[in-house]
Amino acid sequence: MHVANGKRWLFQNLGFASALLLLLALYLSYNMLHPRGFSSAVAVQNANETAAIAFVAMAQTLPVLLGGLDLSVGAVMTLTSCIASHLVNGSPAEILFGMALTLLSGTAFGLMNGLIVVYGRIQPIIATLATGAIAIGLALLVRPKPGGDVDGDLNWALTNSVYDFAETYGFADGGNAWWLQPIANIPVPVILVALVAILVWVPFRRSVTGRTVYAIGSAEGPAFMSGLPIHRAKVAAFAIGGFFAACGGLYLAIQTSSGNADIQQAGAYTLNSIAAVVLGGTSLLGGVGSAIGSIVGAMILRVISFYFRILDIDPLLQPLIEGIVLLVAVSFGAFRTLRVKNKLDLFR
Amino acid sequence: MRFSISAENRPIAIASLFIVVILLAGTAYTLSTTGNAPLLSPKYLLQLLQTGSFLGICAAGMMMVILLGHIDLSIPWTLTAAAMTATAVGGELALPTALAVGLAVGLLNGFGVAYLRIPSMIFTLGVDTVLRGLMVAQTGGFAPQDSATPLMLFLAKDRLFGIPVAIFVWAAVSAVIAIILTRTGFGRSIYATGSREGAAYLSGIRTRSVIVGAFVISSLCAALAGVLLTGYSAKAYQGMGNAFLLPAIAAVVLGGTHILGGRGRYSGTLVGVILIVLLNSVLSIMQMPEAGRQIIYGAVIIGMLLVYGRNQRVTS
Amino acid sequence: MSDAIVEYRGISKFFAGIRALENVDFACAPGSIHAILGENGAGKSTLIKIMSGVLQPDAGEIRLEGRPVTFPTPHAANRAGIVCMFQELSLIPDLSVADNISISDPPRRFGLIDRRAQIARAEELLARVRCEDVDPRALVRELSLSRRQMVEIAKALGRGPKVLILDEATSALTSRDVQTVYDLLKDLKAEGVASLFISHRMHEVDALCDTLSVFRNGQHIETFAKGEKTEREIVKLMIGRDVEAQFPPRPPQRAPDRRGEPLLKVQDLRWENKLNGIDLAVCRGEIVGLGGLDGQGQKELLLALFGALRDVDGEVVVGGRKGLPSSPASAKSAATRMALVPEDRKTEGLMLGMPISDNLLAASYAKISRGPFIDPSLARQAVDDGIRKLQIKIGSADDPVMTLSGGNQQKVVIAKWLMIDPDIILLNDPTRGIDVGTKQEIYRLMRELANEGKAILFYSSDYAELIGCCDRVSVLYGGRVVSEQEGDDITEESLVAASLNIDVEAA
Repeated sequence: MHVANGKRWLFQNLGFASALLLLLALYLSYNMLHPRGFSSAVAVQNANETAAIAFVAMAQTLPVLLGGLDLSVGAVMTLTSCIASHLVNGSPAEILFGMALTLLSGTAFGLMNGLIVVYGRIQPIIATLATGAIAIGLALLVRPKPGGDVDGDLNWALTNSVYDFAETYGFADGGNAWWLQPIANIPVPVILVALVAILVWVPFRRSVTGRTVYAIGSAEGPAFMSGLPIHRAKVAAFAIGGFFAACGGLYLAIQTSSGNADIQQAGAYTLNSIAAVVLGGTSLLGGVGSAIGSIVGAMILRVISFYFRILDIDPLLQPLIEGIVLLVAVSFGAFRTLRVKNKLDLFR
Repeated sequence: MRFSISAENRPIAIASLFIVVILLAGTAYTLSTTGNAPLLSPKYLLQLLQTGSFLGICAAGMMMVILLGHIDLSIPWTLTAAAMTATAVGGELALPTALAVGLAVGLLNGFGVAYLRIPSMIFTLGVDTVLRGLMVAQTGGFAPQDSATPLMLFLAKDRLFGIPVAIFVWAAVSAVIAIILTRTGFGRSIYATGSREGAAYLSGIRTRSVIVGAFVISSLCAALAGVLLTGYSAKAYQGMGNAFLLPAIAAVVLGGTHILGGRGRYSGTLVGVILIVLLNSVLSIMQMPEAGRQIIYGAVIIGMLLVYGRNQRVTS
Repeated sequence: MSDAIVEYRGISKFFAGIRALENVDFACAPGSIHAILGENGAGKSTLIKIMSGVLQPDAGEIRLEGRPVTFPTPHAANRAGIVCMFQELSLIPDLSVADNISISDPPRRFGLIDRRAQIARAEELLARVRCEDVDPRALVRELSLSRRQMVEIAKALGRGPKVLILDEATSALTSRDVQTVYDLLKDLKAEGVASLFISHRMHEVDALCDTLSVFRNGQHIETFAKGEKTEREIVKLMIGRDVEAQFPPRPPQRAPDRRGEPLLKVQDLRWENKLNGIDLAVCRGEIVGLGGLDGQGQKELLLALFGALRDVDGEVVVGGRKGLPSSPASAKSAATRMALVPEDRKTEGLMLGMPISDNLLAASYAKISRGPFIDPSLARQAVDDGIRKLQIKIGSADDPVMTLSGGNQQKVVIAKWLMIDPDIILLNDPTRGIDVGTKQEIYRLMRELANEGKAILFYSSDYAELIGCCDRVSVLYGGRVVSEQEGDDITEESLVAASLNIDVEAA
């Protein structure tokens, strides 16, 4: 039987759709409650705080789709941000080169993760636990004390709206060109995340390698029997994950104009990325989900923390409320177990 | 006569060998710098085991959960919460309070994983976050002023026949865990459930109870470790449990327990704990900066797992 | 054969001391429908996996159209035109039908997968296997098993095979689909494709194939054209000895009023849309069979009785007590103990990675313990008893159970349950995929257990078994019992007719 396309999409992407709905509801009411809600300034501030975790959540998505986990994403982000704090300054050529090198270093680290998992035959969770320690160690070598410098213009341009970006770099008539107006007020971090998603994630997902990632998470044996390139897909998943983590690290360095090899922060980003991935509708069992969903999940996490500022809740209660919200959100998945009639279906 | 070690014991043998290697390397270093070999002294080794007991108890509990193919990310704040509530209550009820906290957290974790079927990774992470929130709200973000009770101090710092009591506690926990795993139906059920839950269920094993039981043990161990650590530091403090999570997982895996469950021996976890604690200690004697420590820590884990993995040709 | 498409010479394969294939020479010619016959353990599936690139041979060579080749991966085999339709299905549940059909070589646009072209291709292939009712956009996990098998066939066709291997491809298909497959194979034959057909159903093999090859114990015994040997001769080749009466003698039927109160009584059992009002009763000392086509509710009935399903309606009385068990745990420890030998021994019956001894003891911890502790001597005794009673061939009780053959694995499952001394034994197709020798042992065991006073309810997909073993047979259709037959009234015609829900007398 052929079901209408819209209904079919909903049925097959229930997790993502509900996350999107939740985000819209939360963000809308946030803006309504905020004294200066729906303004560009608030949007910019929100975007700045969300970009890094959005990238790290994207990085976590691919290993999770494989049915595994990457415990090093936060550390790789930290490492790349420390590298960026050295390289992203000087002449425009040097800046661009520095950015490219930063992204390359993250991708290379991800590649190493993939090779260890595939050819070393080590389970991803424990392999990345170890490589995460190595990444933090390297970050400490690169930046023993917080510091460094990132080009000031870049910092301004990338942490504000498109208008400011154009103004800083003097194109589109200093930001006043008519064709820029529709997007002039959009925060640049939003554009950055969207660009990376569109230019890297979407093509990957539509490639055979990308499809293989989903296939491995869904049923690895049949994927192999179907002639899919298993090893290539696993290595690619980790490498691209490293790339996304590097995007996060690069952004963080530009945003804070410094590099900080903070172990706690790295750990927090890693754990938050797992939460974001789950909230965004990707299954920890693999085979279902997408990086776009993880971005939504990351946004949901951040919006919840934004609420604390405007609702004037006792700051001491914030971690508790965040924790309860997270627990309740992931417990929604439990409803399906209540509807399961054949108990054997509960065991994968 | 051919000398062969069974596949299950191979990681344990390799890890034990590596412990000897580290001891020798460390001794070589101290001999060359100071002319002494403190690492080989009983005093040092006892001290090592004493500080290792905290990780050891956490790892013992974590092993039960990993054998099921699950994971317990709530250890850090279960440990801390147990410690903080114990010192807040104080007196004779301190220890029972801590264990009660452990029991409650374990039951919650077990419920979420076994009954709600939420992946343990995310559920225990959520519980950890909630516990952190509770403690922050309770204590205002500062270390609580209450100090450790005399019992805690005794357990952590005193000695019995010259051996730190903490080691006895660790030994007792080890004995209990080892007996459970090898000599009880519950323990064998853990292996069965971790090996294939569906088949275990259809064999009439009460898999849900097994899962709850394992998580309860894990949280109780974390709580006990919290009590000991409080005794050692004379008080509870924020974030005291954070340093134990990843090393506990690493210790279990280095000891040969399979991260996906169903396989592993407790003696391996013991060896894994000693390995990690020794490595940390030798690195600090060498005054290795944090950067180097992290890198060596990670490299050792990868290196050893690569060696273990070479022995396993799994045909799909 | 010099005109063979693909030839295998001297192929050998070993697994952990088991000789799966030994020095096999095999070839298939274009434009043939070639049957591969043999019991499980004969080496058929190993040969198939080597042919399709899933496994590598330890010795021997492969020649494709005369040239030596190797297939290091399934992809390589596919590129060479050798396509396999696997028994366990190679479909990815979380991807759509269209994705699965074009899984490894989809139509592309600008280097990326062209979704529309994929859907069009899927529709074309689905039409070719007469499954236009399947929506290419649906996820495979939404489809029933028979639809999935047809998608698997469509996927294999889409690869443009020169050699098409069908491994038990028709096991779950409706009769209409089976006819479609037959027609398809005839079309392929006309196009010059070599089809290899593995099946246990002699009537299918008879209807379709022009060449037959028999394997036994990892060796290729003989290849011959259809009609050259009688069925009895063929079976003799398969099992290596003359076939005798396979089934232990049935005791004479007791009159209904002398049977006593049934140990297990089921009335109007309903569950989801799989069980639609089942009435059944099993008395002590009886072997009652469940018949019917695959998927008519037999599996669900057994699971329901064992406590593995929720929200089951109807009246059930087990040993005088009302109500279904709430879980397998309570089923096995109730006053009237029940045991279930499940459908898939690898995923439901055994913990493959664990030792044989642990698997044997899995249901009996209470029995071998004193207090909370297991008594090692009791445990060892129980393990030895189980191995001896069922004559399980093992190396050591500490070996992982996955090293055993299929038949011995099944014996471990049965031994595990016999250890609790059950009163009611439920069996879900216990002899599927097991060699003839072990099958006979299992039949004998069942009769022995019945004679001891146990009640046995067993589902089999094999008519001969139902006829040979059972005192009574209830045939299921659409989740309901449509026919009950007893004793000598159980014949192949009556079973087949009932399975298809035909009233024999009216026909």
